[in-house]
Amino acid sequence: MKLKKNTLHNLVTYAIVILSFAVCQGLISSGNMTRALRGQMIPICVYIVMAISLNLVVGVSGELSLGHAGFMSIGAFSGAIASAWLLGALQMENPLLRLVLAMLIGGVMAGIAGFLIGIPVLRLRGDYLAIVTLAFGEIIRNILNCLYFSLDGARLHVSFNNPNIPGKILVNGPAGATGIVKIASFPVGFALILFALVVVLNLIDSRTGRAIMATRDNRIAAESMGISVTRYKMIAFVIAAVLAGMAGALYGLNFSTVAASKFKFDTSILVLVFVVLGGIGNIRGSILAAALLTILPELLRAFSDYRMLVYAIVLILVMLATNSTRLTGLLSRIIPGRKEGSENA
Amino acid sequence: MVSFLRFLINGISLGSVYAIIALGYTMVYGIAKMLNFAHGDVIMVGAYVSFCAIAYLHLPPLLSVPLAMIVCTVLGIVIEGLAYRPLRQAPKLAVLITAIGVSYFLQNAALLIWSSNPKVFPSIFGDSSMQLFGGALSVTSETIVTVCANIIIMAALTIFTGRTKMGKAMRAVSEDKGAAELMGINVNHTISLTFAIGSALAAVAGVLLCSTYHTLMPTTGSMPGIKAFTAAVFGGIGSIPGAMIGGLLLGIIEILGKAYISTELGDALVFAVLIIVLLFKPAGLLGKAVHEKV
Repeated sequence: MKLKKNTLHNLVTYAIVILSFAVCQGLISSGNMTRALRGQMIPICVYIVMAISLNLVVGVSGELSLGHAGFMSIGAFSGAIASAWLLGALQMENPLLRLVLAMLIGGVMAGIAGFLIGIPVLRLRGDYLAIVTLAFGEIIRNILNCLYFSLDGARLHVSFNNPNIPGKILVNGPAGATGIVKIASFPVGFALILFALVVVLNLIDSRTGRAIMATRDNRIAAESMGISVTRYKMIAFVIAAVLAGMAGALYGLNFSTVAASKFKFDTSILVLVFVVLGGIGNIRGSILAAALLTILPELLRAFSDYRMLVYAIVLILVMLATNSTRLTGLLSRIIPGRKEGSENA
Repeated sequence: MVSFLRFLINGISLGSVYAIIALGYTMVYGIAKMLNFAHGDVIMVGAYVSFCAIAYLHLPPLLSVPLAMIVCTVLGIVIEGLAYRPLRQAPKLAVLITAIGVSYFLQNAALLIWSSNPKVFPSIFGDSSMQLFGGALSVTSETIVTVCANIIIMAALTIFTGRTKMGKAMRAVSEDKGAAELMGINVNHTISLTFAIGSALAAVAGVLLCSTYHTLMPTTGSMPGIKAFTAAVFGGIGSIPGAMIGGLLLGIIEILGKAYISTELGDALVFAVLIIVLLFKPAGLLGKAVHEKV
């Protein structure tokens, strides 16, 4: 049996993910992983899924989104509320079932938000589209800062800008979701990565995926072939939002409190950095970049105060090294057969 | 009524600062076609330089402004030369990430040098204020200076880009780099000059901003930077009067929204207005819609 080149490439990606999970799980159970690193495992899973989902928007559908953390925050908040409600109102004790349901609800809520935001956003192009996604990310954060949720028996109360609601407070305005029962686990995070991979890689290889990439490569040509640009861009945008929401729910349920200020513009940018450093449109690259860059500040602990400075310098140097025409030209002269840098991404 | 006027004046003052930052953003975007995310942090550096000149070197406050401008101009040229120039031909996103890297670098360098404790920025233009309506409404000297500075900068830039040889070169480069080069324009010098002007404006904006709000932290520049960028897009990115109108409107909407609707939702309101404007005018208020050729 001869495999297609794509299939082989995808299988290698799955293999890398599964192997690294096995190694990490082995290190954890044998007690060989430091505490600080162990605490990073779930955030790494979250950021990997975020990077995969943003790559779907930036790499596959070709639109720059600067507000991806907004979907993550919607997922985190609705996941935290859903988990508390399932425990309080339905007496669902099983943490695994609660976690999975909370992630699904987080994903659905983020998907709905993605659809509503996509309607105006996808009418715009280029930098204007980027700035509007940034604006929506900030709006979501501002609104979450004013929301209050409480659980009174089995009833869920919501209020806007009014902290006086009956029952146990779940979401406390600017203080964020509080009193979360931490139920996130590393194996579920790994399962979420696999799920995101299956969804995105199969989408890319499908008819829909090819249509999405066609709208990216040449909007006018795609339109003239009868592809509805808005529809396919919307599909990519909503799927990315759902994945980000699920990742957000996992992230939220990993901490006892989560405030909206965690999902600032910086978080969106952080995920974008993963996508660009990993290679735009390259899913495997996103995974590696997200994992490495989440651990990097941890590894740079030796530099203590200087570590974020070093992080910034590494970021600039990597971009210069991989994109500078002079450097790539030099490399292609030294290593024959090396392709010239691609024209555009 | 008087309170409305007071909010309006505060809005114009804040809007003028946004407008000055947005002018820098818009010029750099127009010529280099890149979102310079580090612009907000140049504002912060400018404010710190001015602060140090006043607090440690005991320079007269007004002298600290040109000093901040000089430092920021040099900084802008250095950033452009080291980080952006090698990436002239690179994909847009690569340049964007580099700009983000520069922004992180400046913020963290400031964190190391000046620590994260907020500094109390002194009032630069004295405590005098103009009394209107028999003292019911007072306009601080900061406000007056800010608004005047905004008008002067805007006028000077319009004349510069419209009349002078360098300004014309700038417009030519922003329209078509290749053609400009063939006409004997030094593209690299022109882009450096744009960064220099933009960074000098950022220094002015930083001093004005901190002189009005009196707190200075390594992250001081990032939010005004994002808002000024929004203002530039709002007015039509690449357009100088557009940046000014966008900045003013944004400042007024923000202050009035915070005063009359909700303090928490002031920022959300600014961004909501931006989205609505872009839906009806996809290239901003004064931007020209460019039609694609098939």
